[in-house]
Amino acid sequence: MTMFLRSVSAEFAKIFTTRLWWILAIVLFGYIGLLAGGLAALFAGIQTGVISPDAVNTGGGPTDFGSLPPLIYSFASSVGYVFPVLLGALATTGEFRHQTLTPTFLATPRRGLVLGAKTVTLVLIGAGFGVVALAASVGIGGGVLSAFGVDALLQGAETWLLVARTLLAMGLWAAIGVGLGALVPNQVASIVIVLAFTQFVEPLLRLAASFLEVTAKIGNFLPGAASDALVGASVFTMASPAGTAPLDWWQGGLVLLGYALIATVIGYAVSWKRDVT
Amino acid sequence: MSTGAVIEFTSISKRFGGVAAVKDLSFTVEPGRVTGFLGPNGAGKTTSLRILLGLVAASSGTATFGGVRYRDLPHPLKTVGAALEAASFHPGRTARDHLGVYAIAAGLPRTRVMEVLTLVGLAAHAAQRVGGYSLGMRQRLGLAYALLGDPGVLVLDEPINGLDPEGIRWIRGFLRDMAAEGRTVLVSSHLLSEVQQSVDDVVIIARGELVHLGPLSSLDTDAAPQTIVESPDREALAAALTAAGITFSIGRTGLLAATGDPALLGHLAFTAGVELSVLHRQKAGLEDSFLALVGGGHTL
Ligand SMILES: Nc1ncnc2c1ncn2[C@@H]1O[C@H](COP(=O)(O)OP(=O)(O)O)[C@@H](O)[C@H]1O
Ligand SMILES: [Mg+2]
Repeated sequence: MTMFLRSVSAEFAKIFTTRLWWILAIVLFGYIGLLAGGLAALFAGIQTGVISPDAVNTGGGPTDFGSLPPLIYSFASSVGYVFPVLLGALATTGEFRHQTLTPTFLATPRRGLVLGAKTVTLVLIGAGFGVVALAASVGIGGGVLSAFGVDALLQGAETWLLVARTLLAMGLWAAIGVGLGALVPNQVASIVIVLAFTQFVEPLLRLAASFLEVTAKIGNFLPGAASDALVGASVFTMASPAGTAPLDWWQGGLVLLGYALIATVIGYAVSWKRDVT
Repeated sequence: MSTGAVIEFTSISKRFGGVAAVKDLSFTVEPGRVTGFLGPNGAGKTTSLRILLGLVAASSGTATFGGVRYRDLPHPLKTVGAALEAASFHPGRTARDHLGVYAIAAGLPRTRVMEVLTLVGLAAHAAQRVGGYSLGMRQRLGLAYALLGDPGVLVLDEPINGLDPEGIRWIRGFLRDMAAEGRTVLVSSHLLSEVQQSVDDVVIIARGELVHLGPLSSLDTDAAPQTIVESPDREALAAALTAAGITFSIGRTGLLAATGDPALLGHLAFTAGVELSVLHRQKAGLEDSFLALVGGGHTL
């Protein structure tokens, strides 16, 4: 146990002694802040009639987007999730790329324990990224909503549940990143997969799957859909035409956890326990 | 410091796909001595050392420290310090943070980090990112990592590569001091001349196989004696040597015959009616013995 805790603190030290984490955190904050703030202004403007609907081509009458705050706040995970995945994948592939597996395994020869420690570390730091992303979506997005006179629902238990589930989702995404990094140790390939899948492949798959009921049910198990189900709100679920119910929040959490575990276990076998030459 | 343990390789073999990198290698390394692990590039030194350290899985055989496999050591860094050939650093991390990470993992006091950096002469560069380090500084940092746990056993893969002359002098003294304190010191090199001033014992491998084992002085026994022989009629001389089954190469001052017996050559020439202009035995140096053992020279 002490060996595991030492390994966890060493993994924390690895992350915080290089610049990547704060660069990603700053970009995450700026990106989510802009998106949540901008869209909060747009939607709240339309809802309250400050912005004329004609100006944005929705055609006639004040439009109701449902409850705006959860939608805006969920940008933290529904858009920000790529950041913990990247951090996790880079933390793992960096060990291969810079050959730091050698000193790591010399100091801690129990390789499974090291991978476990890395996963636990990244889950916690991923949740930390969740805090950063929520500071942007709730702080900036909520501020803009209030400025438009829309209730930011900061008193509501629903909002704080969403916050807690977002932290969990961001932590699980970082674990998926660790697993992916072990599965695809080539750093460039790993980054390309993360970006292509999260920014392009999955959104298209979710959209395509949403048109038929059968495929929509399968589409619910895509990692991004599972994550949105866990958090409980997202622009993507709002846009679903077939109207299939998403997974329950806990099911979504288990599906995400499943992806993380499968990637990590297979990654352990295909790269982590192999010869370090 | 923990006491030096005996390193024991027992019938180690390793195949990488179709390549047999190490073949049935067995030897022991004693504490209190510096053992040179020698062989040309590609001989299998790094592979053997990585097997010893549990980084590469042997196809068969075992390698242990005092009978215990590396991965079963209760305190690996306090027992064995290793510096391997490859530069294993994150370029964006400072030397101090690099060592700090592994000090945490091994449960060593953080004060040890500056101690070892001072020991290897890197204290002034402790806060510098390793990406800006020269090859020699990286070698020193690798050595600092090996020393973190003040181990009784040191395993160093080509530690002299990339060091400046001052660094080479320093590391030679350092290796001797470590052994004098009773530690086990195993140091690899592809050049005997690099380590011959500091090693007590040599283990020589070539093409993955053990070819020689013993004290450094055992290399002095003329393992590959040579005699220089020359004649005004070199072709006739060469024909006579070939007929007698003596291999030779063409040297600067004559033919280098692979025998330590000048009288035999004199007799051969006499019976073949070949006039000799030069005939003298060449005493092989350590390096020649080494090259002969690993098959690097003395062939036509
Ligand atoms: N990861 C690997 N995959 C395939 N072949 C390897 C690998 N590592 C080493 N080899 C081969 O094993 C042999 C021994 O290499 P090595 O142990 O590095 O020798 P040395 O350290 O003595 O120069 C070489 O033929 C090398 O090409
Ligand atoms: Mg080597």
